[in-house]
Parts: sequence; C-alpha cells; structure tokens
Amino acid sequence: MGELLLLMEEIDKSFPGVNALKKCRFELKAGEVHALVGENGAGKSTLVKVLAGVYTKDAGRIVYKGKEVDIPNPKAAQLLGISMVHQELDLMPHLTAAQNIFIGREPVRRWKIILDENSLNEQTERIFDMMHLKLEPRLKVANMSVANQQMVEIAKALSFNSEVLILDEPTATLAQVEIIELFRIIRQLRDRGVGVIYISHRLEELQELTDRITVMRDGLYVDTVQTKDTNIDQIIKLMVGRVIYESSPELPKVPSKETVLEVKNLSRNDVIKNVSFSLKQGEILGFAGLVGAGRTEVARAIFGADPFDTGEILVKGKKVNIKSPSDAVKNDIGYLSEDRKQFGLCLGLDVETNIAMVIIDKLTSFLGWIKNIELRSIVKRIVDKLSIKTPSLNQKVQNLSGGNQQKLVVGKWLAKDTNILIFDEPTRGIDVGAKSEIYKLLNELAQQGKSIIMISSELPEILRMSHRVVVMCEGRITGELNYEEATQENIMKLATLRNSEKVILNN
Amino acid sequence: MKDDTIIKDRNTRSEAIQRLMAFGALIIIFIGFSFASPYFCTFRNIIGILIAVNGLLAIGVTFIIISGGIDLSVGTVMTLSAVMSGVFITYWDLPVPLGVIAGILTGCVAGSTNGILVSKFNIPPFVATLGMLNMARGFSLVISKLSPIYFALEKSVSSIAMGSILGTVIPGFDVPNAVLILFGSAIVASLILSKTILGRYCYAIGSNEKAVRLSGVNVIFWKTIIYTTAGLFIGIAGVVIASRLNSAQPSLGLGYELDAIAAAVIGGTSLRGGEGTIMGTIIGAFIISILTNGLRIMSVPQEWQIVVTGFIVIFAVYLDILRRGTQL
Repeated sequence: MGELLLLMEEIDKSFPGVNALKKCRFELKAGEVHALVGENGAGKSTLVKVLAGVYTKDAGRIVYKGKEVDIPNPKAAQLLGISMVHQELDLMPHLTAAQNIFIGREPVRRWKIILDENSLNEQTERIFDMMHLKLEPRLKVANMSVANQQMVEIAKALSFNSEVLILDEPTATLAQVEIIELFRIIRQLRDRGVGVIYISHRLEELQELTDRITVMRDGLYVDTVQTKDTNIDQIIKLMVGRVIYESSPELPKVPSKETVLEVKNLSRNDVIKNVSFSLKQGEILGFAGLVGAGRTEVARAIFGADPFDTGEILVKGKKVNIKSPSDAVKNDIGYLSEDRKQFGLCLGLDVETNIAMVIIDKLTSFLGWIKNIELRSIVKRIVDKLSIKTPSLNQKVQNLSGGNQQKLVVGKWLAKDTNILIFDEPTRGIDVGAKSEIYKLLNELAQQGKSIIMISSELPEILRMSHRVVVMCEGRITGELNYEEATQENIMKLATLRNSEKVILNN
Repeated sequence: MKDDTIIKDRNTRSEAIQRLMAFGALIIIFIGFSFASPYFCTFRNIIGILIAVNGLLAIGVTFIIISGGIDLSVGTVMTLSAVMSGVFITYWDLPVPLGVIAGILTGCVAGSTNGILVSKFNIPPFVATLGMLNMARGFSLVISKLSPIYFALEKSVSSIAMGSILGTVIPGFDVPNAVLILFGSAIVASLILSKTILGRYCYAIGSNEKAVRLSGVNVIFWKTIIYTTAGLFIGIAGVVIASRLNSAQPSLGLGYELDAIAAAVIGGTSLRGGEGTIMGTIIGAFIISILTNGLRIMSVPQEWQIVVTGFIVIFAVYLDILRRGTQL
C-alpha cells in the first residue's frame, strides 16, 4: 500500500427530503482495494457519485494527491484520473465495445470530425490485452454476455489511465467464475498502484479481495477497519448497529411427497435443452448455475412469458396448456422477476394499487365499480402479514426500500393465493437486513405449503435455502443435488459442466 | 467468446434481412405497377417519383429518430423554408442564391430550436415538435398573408430543382437537379452517420442517453446539433419544393411528417432509437412514393391511397417486431 491518494472530508449532500450524506469521510491509498459497505440507503453510492462528478457536494472538501480539487461533472473526474463503473451497466448496446470505451474521446482524423475507426479498435485491443481479456473490439455490446459487458465497463474506466477506480456492486450480476476473473483484474490493477473503491453487498467477497473496509450507516461515516483484523459478523454489526445475520443455514423441514409441478423435456432451440424436473408441495427448489445458464429462460417458459418448442408441464399431475402468463396464473403459477422494477411493480403507483392489480377483477360490482372497503382490508392484511414498512397504503412504491418493494411483489401473489411461486434472484440488490427477512418469508411460505422455485446466482443463498438444488449449464440440467450433497464445490462442478460428461461428486 | 460471435452473426443477418426485405418489396411493387399500367415505367413518370421531397424530409427525420427522438414538424418547417425563400426573392427582390440560403437557414433555425427545447429544456420531442409544427404553419400563413408567393419567371427559381445539369453534360439525359440533390443529400447524410463524430453520438444517444452523459459528452450540445442537421435537410426540401412549384404554398406541408417518419420506419430505423441507416430510409421513401404514384396512375381515388399508405406503415412495423422477436 502506498501513500495517501484521496481524502474526502466533511462531505454533505442532500436531495429534496433526504440528507443523503452527513459529514462523511473517506480515504484511499494508492495500491489498495478499499471496500465501502453499508445497508441500502446508507449513502455509499451517493458518496462515490460525488467523487465521480455525477453529483456535486453541498459542503466538504476533496483532497486528491495533496491538492484540494473541485469535481463539477463526470468529465472533470475523468480528467483527474477518477473513473467509475456504475451499478447499472451504463453502456450503449447498439455500439461496439471499442465505440463504447472511447465515447466522448473518439480518435479523429480530418477536420476533427471524421472518426478514425482503426485507431479506435487498435487502442481497445491494447487495453483488452493488458487485461488479458479475449474480447473482440468490433463486437456490439448488445451481443455480449453480462460479464463481458462488465469487462467493457472496466476497460473503459482503465482507458482513462485512472488512478482511482470506483466499482459500484460489480459482482451483482456476475456468476462465480466471472467473479474470479474480475478479482484477478482488480488485483492486477492494485499491484500497479491503482486505488480501487469497491462497493458490494456480498460481504463474503471482502475478505478475499480488500485491504480496508469503510462502513457507512444512514448517510454517516461509521468506521474504517483493516480487513485482516475483522470478520463478517463484526462488519454487519457496524452496518446495522445490531447482530442479525446467521451465517449457518437453517435445516429445512422435509416437504411432503406430493408433486405439484412437473416439467418434462422442455426445449426451445438452443436456449432450453430437454429440461425435466419436479417440485413437491412445501418445497424450496434451488436453481443454481452461472448467469446465462438458461434458468430465467426455463422460468419464463413455464410461466408462459416465452414460448417453448416441445415439452409438457403438469400441475398436480394434470397436463396443462400454458401459452401466456395469464394461463400460468390460472394454473396457480406465479413468477417474480429478477428485475422487479421493470416487470414486477408499477413504481409510480401506490402500495394499494400495486396489490389491487392482481385481485381487482374479483372485487368489482356492477359496471366494474370497485368494492373499495373490501379491497382495502385485503391489502391491509397483506401489508401487515409481510410487515411491509410503508407510512401508508397510499405511499408511492418508488419511495420504498428495495427489500420492501420485493416483499410487495410477494404480497401481490399472496393476495392471489398462488401456490407455485418462482422467485428469480429474490435478493438481488437488497441489503443484508432485508435479505434475512426475505429468507424468513420464503421459509414461512414453504411451511404453509406453498411450493417455491428459487433461482439464485449466490451460492450461499442456494445452500442456505434449498431442500434440493437443480444445477443448469448452457440450457441443460447438469445435475440435481439433495440437501446433503449440495456443497459449493459440487454445484460449481455441475454449473461449469460444458459437455455431457459425468462428474464424480465429492460427498 | 465463441457464443458472442455466433450471436453477432445472427444479429447482423437479421439487420440485413430487414434491409433486403424492404428492398425486395420495392422491386416487387415496382415490377407489379409496371405490369399493371403502361404509363408507370416511363422515364417521365420515374423522374416524377424521384423528385418527391419525401426522401429529403425522411433523411432529416432519420437523424432524429436514430438519436431516440421524433420530429413532427418537418412538413410545416419545409413550408416555412419555402415561404422564407419567397419573401427574400419576391417580396424583397433579393438575388436567388440569397433566397436559397435563407430557406435552408430557416430549416436549420427551426431545427436548432427544436433541439434546444428537447435537450436544454427537457420538453419531450413529441410535444416540442408538435408545437413547432403549429408555429411553423402559423408563421407561414402570417408571413404570406394566406396566399401563395409566386416567383417571377425571369428569376428562374424553378431551374434550381427542375433544370438539368446532367442534361447539359450528357445530352438527352434530362434528369432534373432535384434528383441529384436527393442522392447527393443521401450520400452526405450517410457519410455523416457512419464516419463522423456527429453520427456516432446520434447512435450513442439513441442507444443510451444517460450513459453518454455520464461519459462526459455534452449531450445538450450534440442533440441540438442533431436536430439542426435534420433542419438543414428539411430546409433543402423547402427550397426544392418551392422551386418545383415555382411558388411557396403556405398551406402545404401538413401530413408530410407522417410520410417521412413512415419512410424511416419502413427502412428499418427503430423508433426506440439506436439503429437505422440512410440507405434504408431512402428505400422506404421510394416505397411510399411509388405506392402513391402507382395507385394514382391506376386511378385509385386519393382517399384510398392514404388508406394504403397507412396500412403499409403498420405492416412494416409489424414485420420489424416479428424480426426482433417479442419481449414481455
């Protein structure tokens, strides 16, 4: 670790109605990976966005390489050598990797307006080489895997010869193998003297990667600790001010023998290959695999959101014909998308309307007049049952935290009394506190006899929650593990089983 | 990596298919009308198709649609440009070149106004350009006092578009200048989109505006430039139509915007932004022009011509959606 590279002191930032940062501090040395952690809404993203010029600070000072600097916009940050890889990938899908990386700094030939495409691609190739990355600069970003898109973002950040690299939740959408690759590149940068600010919800990663950890809570600076002198529990305690996380999995209750959902030989061209599995009543069936293994595709096919070519779906032993989501709902199947903001909720509407949407057809009288009193009582019951924290039923959903939004999506399906629930990445982007509440909720649902398919890219989550684990790779099911067999190692082996060879499982 | 390459092939193929389909449709319609009417495939008639201003307007609007916007004002701004030329040349008796420049500049000014409204003041393009549609239409009527402005014959305004430079070089090949202007504009526009920074930002902003802004690009400036560039081609269209009619008709222009947008969409420009080509737009514009022309030659009533154009647009967009595959 080198000398002090960056110091942020007494940083204040408020938005209408919220004091996002209150006298925050943060420091970064050259050649260190410094984690920034805290629950959702703790102000991590706001703090780094101030540094990256996305937001301007209300008060405080930023000292960079011994000089106080002013960072009014992203360009200014980039010129100083501070780059940020944003949480939501901010790429232009219609452009190529190279065009994305050099947006705003295109090499030009004549009259300063004609683009020099060759030099663009050569420079990009050089950056990819430096990262030991085999990626074609001329490939459109829309046609890349999420992991490769992430790499393009990082390459873009590096192309500024950055001395400070900010990574906001870079692993949220990556699978294990890809994370390893990302870490390799981060370490390589650190060894070259780059200071890396690393924001993550996955606390397990910190021990492996970071040198120091700064904890924030409610817009306040809490503490900075040496990673080697601390452990996860201690960090969590600092984050929430109390201990909540039990890292050991709960032993799930054995589900009943009755099969509620059976999928036979489901196929769709290259995406889904001959997928068969069954789900029992009261069971949580984990779907593990790398990002892009085809798990979401299977879920969407079962739910009728995408068509499939061949295969059968049986609900409670009866063959059903599912052509659209409304068919699926009629057959007692619900799907909770990984992207709840886009597919799960109407963010601009209030809590009541969002829940009402699924049941409103049952609660109308003459000419579609809505029975408001009944509706309200049902909504109230669900909000209480799931302990959704909202000031009122008329609160707009966009003002709720991620965890409460997720609970609301669950509430929609509960209102409908759906028995087969497919959860796609139920805890993505949710902080630790809300995560354990979602886990508790899933367990309760299973105990009440609901059958759950849980797609997750986080192995600890799969291991902790599932009665059984189905592992997919490249559109095929490569293995099914019961509770005893399911270990990180076995799942990873199956998840990377790229041809049809059998593997020997370690028990 | 290998997967990426396969997808890439598949993707570029589907883009090529759209262009081929549009081109194929153009050929089929052309051959169909040639058989249906002996008057269709004649030199005079084809020139008539090629001098339509629809192509120029569609080129302009393509820039804007690729960048994720929309422009409803192209038709009436074109008319305002024609009227301004008329004011300079006929009312003020200034030299013809000055009038031409005035007309083109009018298009640019209207375009940059649209651009500033959209980028600086964050007014949705639909609303901003709808307002501009009415303002331009109103100004045209006010300035011309509701009546057409005719150009004196000795001023030879009509020779700008209807004269034939090609005819003097190659005797007998009397292709009017309007055709040269259209193809010249198409080539220039195509080069701007594929080879210059302006083109790159056009696609980039249409693809993900927020990302472009976070990359430190001055999006407000570039969007204004994009709308201004569109205005340039619309101004040119104004001069061409004034020259063709040898007058500025202030009540003209309404409805042209929809044909222009339709041409771009038929040619594969995505209304969601980020993709499109001038080549496709020109093919789309010809499909619409040929349809209108062919139906007219076959004595189909004008009312029905409009119905057919409307149907074609919906059909083209539907084909595009099929090609992309549905998404929930």
